[in-house]
Amino acid sequence: MSKSKTGGYKGPYGYQKRKDGEGRSCVRYKCSLMNTVLDVLHQRPGWVEVKEDGEWDFNWCDVGWLRENFDHSYMEEHVRICHFRNHYELTRKNLMVKNLKRYRKTVEREAGRLEAVKCDFFPLTFVLPSEYHLFVEDFKRSPGSTWIMKPVARSQGKGIFLFRKLKDIMEWKKDCTRSDEQRDEAQVESYVVQSYIENPYLIHGRKFDLRVYILVTSYLPLKAWLYRDGFARFSNTRFSLRTIDDQYVHLTNVAVQKTAPVYNPEKGCKWQMQQLRRYLTAKHGTYVVEELFKDIDNIFIRSLQSVQKVIINDKHCFELYGYDILLDQDLKPWLIEVNASPSLTASNQDDYEMKYSLIEDTLHIVDMEGRLTGKEKRVGGFDLMWNDGPVFRENAGLETLGSPFQTANTHLGGVNDRKKQLRQLLKPFPGQKKV
Amino acid sequence: MMNEGSELSVTIAQIVQRLKGTHLHSQLEKQAKECLHRPEIRLESIKEDVRKFLRATGWERKLQNAVYRELHILPPSGHPEAPLEHTKEPLAYMRKAQASWEKRILKSLNSMCTELGVPLARKRPVLEQKELTSKWNEMGADEPDLSKFRPVYAPKDFLEVLINLKNPNHDHSDGLTARSHWGLIPISLSVRDVPQLREAYPELSLSCSQLGIDDHAHVPPDLFESEHIRIGKKVVDEQDSAAAQQYSRQGSPTGLRAQLWALILNITNDPEDVAHYEQLKAAVIHHDLLVDNLIYKDVKLTASNDDYYFVFEDVLYQVLLCFSRDTAVLEHFSYNSATPPKSYIQGKTGEEEFAVVYPPNGVIPFHGFSMYVAPLCFLYNEPCKLYSVFREMYVRYFFRLHSISSSPSGIVSLCLQFERLLQIHLPQLFFHLQEIMAQPLRIAFKWMVRAFSGYLSTDQLLLLWDRILGYDSLELVAVLAAAVFAFRAENLMEVTSLASAEAVLADLSTLKVMPLLQIFLFANVI
Repeated sequence: MSKSKTGGYKGPYGYQKRKDGEGRSCVRYKCSLMNTVLDVLHQRPGWVEVKEDGEWDFNWCDVGWLRENFDHSYMEEHVRICHFRNHYELTRKNLMVKNLKRYRKTVEREAGRLEAVKCDFFPLTFVLPSEYHLFVEDFKRSPGSTWIMKPVARSQGKGIFLFRKLKDIMEWKKDCTRSDEQRDEAQVESYVVQSYIENPYLIHGRKFDLRVYILVTSYLPLKAWLYRDGFARFSNTRFSLRTIDDQYVHLTNVAVQKTAPVYNPEKGCKWQMQQLRRYLTAKHGTYVVEELFKDIDNIFIRSLQSVQKVIINDKHCFELYGYDILLDQDLKPWLIEVNASPSLTASNQDDYEMKYSLIEDTLHIVDMEGRLTGKEKRVGGFDLMWNDGPVFRENAGLETLGSPFQTANTHLGGVNDRKKQLRQLLKPFPGQKKV
Repeated sequence: MMNEGSELSVTIAQIVQRLKGTHLHSQLEKQAKECLHRPEIRLESIKEDVRKFLRATGWERKLQNAVYRELHILPPSGHPEAPLEHTKEPLAYMRKAQASWEKRILKSLNSMCTELGVPLARKRPVLEQKELTSKWNEMGADEPDLSKFRPVYAPKDFLEVLINLKNPNHDHSDGLTARSHWGLIPISLSVRDVPQLREAYPELSLSCSQLGIDDHAHVPPDLFESEHIRIGKKVVDEQDSAAAQQYSRQGSPTGLRAQLWALILNITNDPEDVAHYEQLKAAVIHHDLLVDNLIYKDVKLTASNDDYYFVFEDVLYQVLLCFSRDTAVLEHFSYNSATPPKSYIQGKTGEEEFAVVYPPNGVIPFHGFSMYVAPLCFLYNEPCKLYSVFREMYVRYFFRLHSISSSPSGIVSLCLQFERLLQIHLPQLFFHLQEIMAQPLRIAFKWMVRAFSGYLSTDQLLLLWDRILGYDSLELVAVLAAAVFAFRAENLMEVTSLASAEAVLADLSTLKVMPLLQIFLFANVI
C-alpha cells in the first residue's frame, strides 16, 4: 500500500459522485486533531484535506465541534463522522453509571440473578450531588474504606482525588468556589463518587490499568470491533494505601504520570498488551488468563448493550472508544471508564506505530473506498466482536451447530500480523495498481 | 589412570557426601521411619517394602532430581594428586590470564574504595536498618547519588582481555590467509562445527516440531502445540527433573515454563531455602557493602531503562543484594576457573588469617549484570523462589560468561565458535567486515556475555533459555549470534564502517530466535 502524498489530485471537486456502497476514489476530509490521525489521513491515497468551510466526505472532529455543528449539518448518505451525537451516554461517568444500573435491572428482571451478576463489573458508584444521601448510606455501611471522587466531564486525571472521611467531601460540597476552572454558568460541577478498588492487581508493587480500543460502526444493530493491540499503563511509584494524597501512585493516566517527579519520558511506563498477556499466562496459566479475557469481552459487550437503545443511531457515525479496565488481585476486571476521544498522540516510536495502525484499520473498516464486502470478521488488527449477536472464530456449519465449544472472535493481546492479513483481504485503492 | 568403575564410585561417594545432612536427607529418613507403621511394610522384606513405599509416594523421584542436580554441578574429575586449580582449568595460560584479570578487577574496586572514601563494608546504624526494613519492597523509589560510582568493568573491557590471550604453544604468525583465523580470538580450542552441531541438537531440526516455530498463529494447534502442552502437564505432574530437561529442548509453553524451569533446576522451595533467603535479607539490612552501590547503578542504568523490565526494579535489588551476601555461591568455585577475590582486614594485607572473601559470594558485578535476573522476574513472583532460580542459573551457566576458561560453554569457546562459524559459512561477509575494521565479535560479544538478555524480546529470549536449560549448554548463544549475522548479511555487506555495522545490528527485538537457529543449522548448504 503506497504511502505517497496525493499530490496528483488537484481540484477538490474532481471526484465522481457514486452511489453509496460503490466507494469513492477521492475523499475530502476534515480533521481537527494535530497528531497521528492527521498523518494517517494525509498519507491515505485519494484523500484530500479541505479548508474550513469546504464540503467534506469525512470528518475526524472533536466532541466540541460535534456539539456545536452536528445538529445543523446535512450529511449526504456516504458521509462519515467519527462520533455519535450523544456518545456521552457512554462516556460521561454519571450517564454511564445511570445506563449501566438501568441495564442491570432489566437483565435481572428478564434473565434472573445469575445473569445480572455478569453486569457487576463497575464499582459501586453514585452521582453527586443528586445521589448524595444514597451514597452516605453505603458509606456508613463500610467504615474505613476508600472512595474516589471523579469529575464527570474531565479527562487525563484532572480533578480526581481519594478520601476516607465524609468531611473531605463536605468541604467540597460547601466550598463551591473550589472547582472553578470549568464551571458552567450556574451549576456546580458534577462528580461521581466510586468505591475505590483497594486490592488492585500489582506487578511487583506497581499498579496498572489497561487501555483497550473498541470501534463501533452501528448501535442498531450493534456492530463492534475489538483491536488486538492495547497497553497496560503503569503507575510510576509503588502502590500503597498509606498516602491517598499522592495522586501519582493511584492514577495511571499517562498524563498524570508525566508530571510525577520521577517520570522518565523515554520509558513510557507502558507494556504492550501482548507482553502483559504473556506475563499473566506465565504466572497463572493459559486457562485462567483465557477466562480473564472472556470476562473482559463481557464488559465491552454489556456496556455497549446498556446504551444501545439510548444512543441515537446514525449510519453516518462511527466511534473509536478507549476503554479503561482495572484488574484486581482476584483477576476480576473492572470498568473504570470509556473515552470517546482516546488520546491518539504518541509517546514514542512504538506507540506511534501502534496508533497509526489503529487509525489506519479504523479507516479500512469505515471503508469510504468501498473495498469490503461487509462479511469480514477481521480487518487488520480489528476483530469483529459483536454483529447483532456474538461472533465466533469458527465458521458456522453443521458441525458447529449447538456445539458448546465455540470461541469468541476476539484476540486481545494476541499476535497482530495485520499487514499480512490486509494484503490478502483488500483490493488496491481505486485508481492504484495492485502492489 | 582411573578406570570407569572406580571413577563412578568416587562420583557416587561425592554425591552421597553432598546430599548428607540436607533437608531432603532428613525428610527421607523421617518418611522411612514413619512408614514402618504401615501395614504393607513387613519385617522380612523391610528394605524392599520401604523402597517401594518411597517410590510410590514420590520421594524416590525427589531424590532422583536431587542427584540429577548434583551431577550438573559436579566438579570435573582429575588426577587425585592434581590441585583443584588444575582440575577446574587444565590450561595454564588460561589460569594465568584469569588470575591477572581478577587482580585488575580487585585493584579497580579497591582504588574506587579509597578514592571515594567508602569502605568495602560497613555496619548500618540501627536507624538506617529500620528504614531499610520498612522500604524493603520499594528500594527503587530512592534516587541516591550514584554519580561517583562507576561500574568496575564493562563487557568491552573483558573482550580486550580475551583478545590478548596468548597460548605459548601456538604460533599464529602466518598472517591473514584463507586458512588462518580471521577473528579476534588468538587461541585454538576445540569447538563444534555445523555437522557436529546437527548431531548434538537434533530436536531443532526441520523435521522436528517445536515451540517458537510450530506454535505460530497460522499453524493449527492440533498439529503440535496441544499435544506438547499435554505432555508438558504430565512432566510437571510427574515432577521428573530429567524429563523436564529433555522436554524443554522443544520449548516450554508459557503457562508451564515457570514450573518446568524450577523442576529442571530442582528448586524445591523448602523451609530450608526460605530460611536461607531470610538470613540473606537480614545480612543486607545489617551491613552495607560497596558493591551494593554498583548494583544500584547497574539496575538504574540497564533494567530500569528497559521498556519492559523497568517494572521489576524493586525485586531486582532484593535479589542482587541478597546474592552478593550468599556464601553458598562460593561452592561453584570448585568448578569455576575463577577464584573468589579476597580482601584483607585493614592493616593486615597479605596475612591469610585476616583474609575475607569480598563480596561474600565472590562475584563482583559488572555493567549489565542485572540483566541475568530481569527475564526471570517475568516468571517468578515470590522473591525467595525467584532468588533460588537465579542463583542456580548463575552457578550452572551465567558464571561461564565472564570467566576465562577452556570449557566448551565458556565465553572464550563461545567467541571462538562464533567466529569460526562465521568464517566458514559466511566468508564473504566476514572478510568484508574485517576489511572495514568492523570485526564481528566486537558487535556480538555484548550479546553473548548477557546470553542475549535485553537484546531479544522477552518471549524470544525465554525460548532461547529453554534450550540452554534443555541442552545444559550455552553453545546455542554462539550459534544464534552467527545466525543473526547470517540473517542481516545483505545489509551488512553494504556498510562501510563499524558504526554502520553496529546500526544494522542495533535492534534485535523483532527477531524470531528458533527459525534463525533452525535455518542456520539445518538449512544451510555445507
